[in-house]
Amino acid sequence: MGLSINASSFWEFISQPWHWAVSGAAIALVLALMTWMGRSFGVSTTFKAFCSAAGGNKVSDFFKMDLKDELWRIAFVVGGMIGGYIATNFLSSPDPVAISQSTVEHLSSIGIAYPESDAKGIGFVPTSLLNYESLKGILLAVGGGFLVGFGARYGDGCTSGHAISGLSHMQLPSLITVIGFFIGGLLMTHFIFPFLVGL
Amino acid sequence: MKNLSFLIVGVFFGIVMAKSEAVSWFRIHEMFRFESFHMYGIIGTAVVLGAISMFVMKKAGIKTLSGSLVTYNPLKLNIKRHILAGSIFGLGWALVGCCPGPMYVLLGSGYTIMLLIIGGALLGTFTYALVMKYLPH
Repeated sequence: MGLSINASSFWEFISQPWHWAVSGAAIALVLALMTWMGRSFGVSTTFKAFCSAAGGNKVSDFFKMDLKDELWRIAFVVGGMIGGYIATNFLSSPDPVAISQSTVEHLSSIGIAYPESDAKGIGFVPTSLLNYESLKGILLAVGGGFLVGFGARYGDGCTSGHAISGLSHMQLPSLITVIGFFIGGLLMTHFIFPFLVGL
Repeated sequence: MKNLSFLIVGVFFGIVMAKSEAVSWFRIHEMFRFESFHMYGIIGTAVVLGAISMFVMKKAGIKTLSGSLVTYNPLKLNIKRHILAGSIFGLGWALVGCCPGPMYVLLGSGYTIMLLIIGGALLGTFTYALVMKYLPH
């Protein structure tokens, strides 16, 4: 029977890396669902909420906010963590991320091995670069995170809020912010990063 | 109950981000080197379909679960601010290879280094509040 579903081959099927069009459509579905549920799609405000909860509201009026009104967003990112856990432990592809050969060669020329012999073997993060073992690894992780947190708050949104939600609502401020993402990203990737790696 | 439904959408989001490899540092590096269409395909498809669905929801006057119409609260246009803020974000995005959503997904995937990166992001958010009055808005 052509219609019978073989459970194990279905599992194998969804465990492959997903095609970009499937992934893009799924992200659009997340945007539509959250809009329908009466909320906007934005992740970085969780950082603001955590700062507020940690007592930031006593330091700056910027952190004076109704935390109860942010619980849905916290629930969303907790869900994101669970999703990451499920994808990695039950739906993991046996092969590392299949990036282009030219990127692999470039990375090896600046001393970053790929595929990364990572603890999980899924090659999502270069742990030779971002790690707890060296001062450099710690500083790069904290420093990069700092720039993301600072820029997201100054720009009032991150990739989900501007690149996905803002652009879908045809917002010019979001388009300019996304152009900024690329100015910074290209500067880092092509000029600053090769220098940082060599330190 | 309401928060539980957001958690479920979050689980779906996390699986999508991991299975699409959009959480991968290597995919982000490759994107900024213009060596693959993958990330552009994901973001492009999401924006085109997202724009269509937002347009339809607004045109058809579809009510959200809270009973209101679909609206968007626009930011005041300030080119200097958007470029500057976006660039700062982009510098960090390209360095740690993940934006806020993937940070949480990767933490769930078992990358404990994300605790440091999220810690850095909290520090950046806090610092912004301290210096915001000196920045163009």
